[in-house]
Amino acid sequence: MPIDVLMPALSPTMEKGNLAKWLKKEGDSVKSGDIIAEIETDKATMEVEATDEGILGKILVAAGTADVAVNTPIAVILSDGESNSDIKAAKSAPPAKAKKPEAETQTAAAPKQADKAPHAPESKVAADPDIPEGTEMVSMTMREALRDAMAEEMRADKDVFVMGEEVAEYQGAYKVTQGLLQEFGPKRVIDTPITEHGFAGLGVGAALAGLKPVVEFMTFNFAMQAMDQIINSAAKTLYMSGGQMGCSIVFRGPNGAAARVAAQHSQDYSAWYSSVPGLKVVSPSNAADAKGLLKAAIRDPNPVIFLENEILYGHSSPVPKLDDYVVPIGKAKVAREGKDVTIVTWSMGMSYAMKAADELAKEGIEAEVIDLRTLKPMDTETIIESVKKTGRAVTIEEGWQQSGVGAEIAARIMEHAFDYLDAPVARVSAKDVPMPYAANLEKLALPSVAEVVEAVKAVCYR
Amino acid sequence: MAVAQKNPSDQAGPASGKSGSLPIPDFTKGQDLSAYETMLTIRRFEEKAGQMYGMGLIGGFCHLYIGQEAVVVGMQMALKDGDQVITGYRDHGHMIACGMDPKGVMAELTGRAHGYSKGKGGSMHMFSVDKGFFGGHGIVGAQVPLGTGLAFANHYRGNDNLSVTYFGDGATNQGQVYESFNMAALWKLPAIYVIENNHYAMGTSIERASSEVNLSRRGLSFNIPGEQVDGMDVRAVKAAGDNAVAWCRAGKGPYILEMLTYRYRGHSMSDPAKYRTREEVDKVRNTHDPIDMVRHRILEKKFANEDALKKIDGAVRDLINQAAEFATHDPEPDVSELYTDIYR
Repeated sequence: MPIDVLMPALSPTMEKGNLAKWLKKEGDSVKSGDIIAEIETDKATMEVEATDEGILGKILVAAGTADVAVNTPIAVILSDGESNSDIKAAKSAPPAKAKKPEAETQTAAAPKQADKAPHAPESKVAADPDIPEGTEMVSMTMREALRDAMAEEMRADKDVFVMGEEVAEYQGAYKVTQGLLQEFGPKRVIDTPITEHGFAGLGVGAALAGLKPVVEFMTFNFAMQAMDQIINSAAKTLYMSGGQMGCSIVFRGPNGAAARVAAQHSQDYSAWYSSVPGLKVVSPSNAADAKGLLKAAIRDPNPVIFLENEILYGHSSPVPKLDDYVVPIGKAKVAREGKDVTIVTWSMGMSYAMKAADELAKEGIEAEVIDLRTLKPMDTETIIESVKKTGRAVTIEEGWQQSGVGAEIAARIMEHAFDYLDAPVARVSAKDVPMPYAANLEKLALPSVAEVVEAVKAVCYR
Repeated sequence: MAVAQKNPSDQAGPASGKSGSLPIPDFTKGQDLSAYETMLTIRRFEEKAGQMYGMGLIGGFCHLYIGQEAVVVGMQMALKDGDQVITGYRDHGHMIACGMDPKGVMAELTGRAHGYSKGKGGSMHMFSVDKGFFGGHGIVGAQVPLGTGLAFANHYRGNDNLSVTYFGDGATNQGQVYESFNMAALWKLPAIYVIENNHYAMGTSIERASSEVNLSRRGLSFNIPGEQVDGMDVRAVKAAGDNAVAWCRAGKGPYILEMLTYRYRGHSMSDPAKYRTREEVDKVRNTHDPIDMVRHRILEKKFANEDALKKIDGAVRDLINQAAEFATHDPEPDVSELYTDIYR
């Protein structure tokens, strides 16, 4: 059957173009790849190649014609044994082959009014595990709790391995991986070269093949080098593959401000990662949560960003002595109950919050403190329930204010509890500056207990 | 470790017929016919994709593999089941060579429900766990650490599989490529890096972008052996692939193959390719086309006559037409798919 040559679109936005000239004439034989015409748009001149073999039977649009609409038949190619008389026959035959896709295209380009985005599904998260009465509580540092979590999961699953800079022989730059090399050997506890972009990508590749890497960044500041692999490869592949291929991988390491290491080594990435669909973001404040959440993160079939804190590594707190203590990802914890104001924070922010709550109690203000623990998916319900009770909220974060997690929390409170609010939500955050080195300036750049107390009093109109 | 390179500073053109140090072994009748059919399937698929792009059925970016068919087809002939393949965004040919269904690939290009990624990935993002195809990646060079990770997984599990990571001459200037080379060599990972040197990184010729244009030498400082191969001759590709595969399976670590090849079309559909002359394209096409070369050989050796080849041509054309038909009429994904496959 004769084949129509259509006016091609050179980009999805092109609607029409000029047919500049014909390079073949009627009766010429053409094969795939031969240039038969040139067309012009306001952006470029392009060559039209034949995509079928045959004879250029008839030119339908003359050279020099302007504003030829995309998909207009511009010529007809005849196959072996066909002549121009076949063109007519083909034209009168039921729907010309080229027309169909055109109609389809229009439907595709202009979605029906009814095609509104469906509501995002709500995720239901299991509650924390019950700790049986009489369970022994062991005081340990966050560092030890994280190490134990990795060791337990490595014992349980051969596919789990740890890689990063200085994780093996050096025992971890912050000693979080202490003893793992001795127990699991160099095949599963792997020192990498200083090559964040490379080993993050290598980890994702291994995870796509079914392994469960725990990738340590010496600090998350260095993960900036690996951001492309974390976002573009780890977070998006499941979606881009229509659910066929995902990756179970944990990226962990210290995040946020350490002490006196200045701008390039003191940054909170909570807001950065928690804005990305496909990632889960966890950031614990104490040893028990660190252990339970890291175990959950390693078992999670999705990429998990596990933000630790250098200053908290050495802090001790009680951890239940249970064989398999796993804390579900996605559930916030009410760390202190109160009726007057809700303080929402996580990780290092909890230190400011709990101290501020103690001080406020002395002045008769009972603060409820929520430890988010997971930043994505965020446990909006726990925040909203609390704000409905207190009518006031303060957020604390070590990150910058613009587009921060505090901004997100404030927006959710406005969306879901506007009528319950007795005051605007207040945000305590890092100041809008790179972290200074000088001790006095550094202190000013970070949130403080005094700022939290002040913010709480402001929302309580005290 | 001996590094198998000859004429280190000599950048052989795609049409030079240059290959590794070994003579190119002939194909059997079966190999020649099979290579012919697969390469033709890729070419016809890509021509059809270009046509459908022109009709507005395919959106966004669409990078065609026309001219480079011998690279993936020859390499695939050197692999076994269980080996993994990963590449960048010029990926349709790799999918077809891996045995993925042209219908599913074309339906993904048109963004339809029965595309390999349910229409959510598009031209640059398709995968098939069954066929060992790990994508389809849109960021130049990002597939190189990922492919190295696939090799790492094979090494970790102690199996006999290897990964083949394809990337272009443009990607060889990305830092993560060398981070990967270093780790692969350090840990002796079974990774074959296939550099598809088509001489143009979008509009920038290799001479304008690379201080060392012999890309097979890019592994030198990591002690990774490399060789230049005539990527237009499927037999040369297969022979070099066999050699690299043997090296990797013997536990000697990674291997680099620089395939000297050429793309006939622009970088993507919206590239008018004004940075090179029509004569340059025609010269390769008329004297060193990968499919024409096999076709001539088949006729010369009487592996098949014109009629038999016409039959193959017809069958390939039918297959591609069916794929196009399917991809045109398959429905778009249900709106409920918007929120699926973000987490599992």
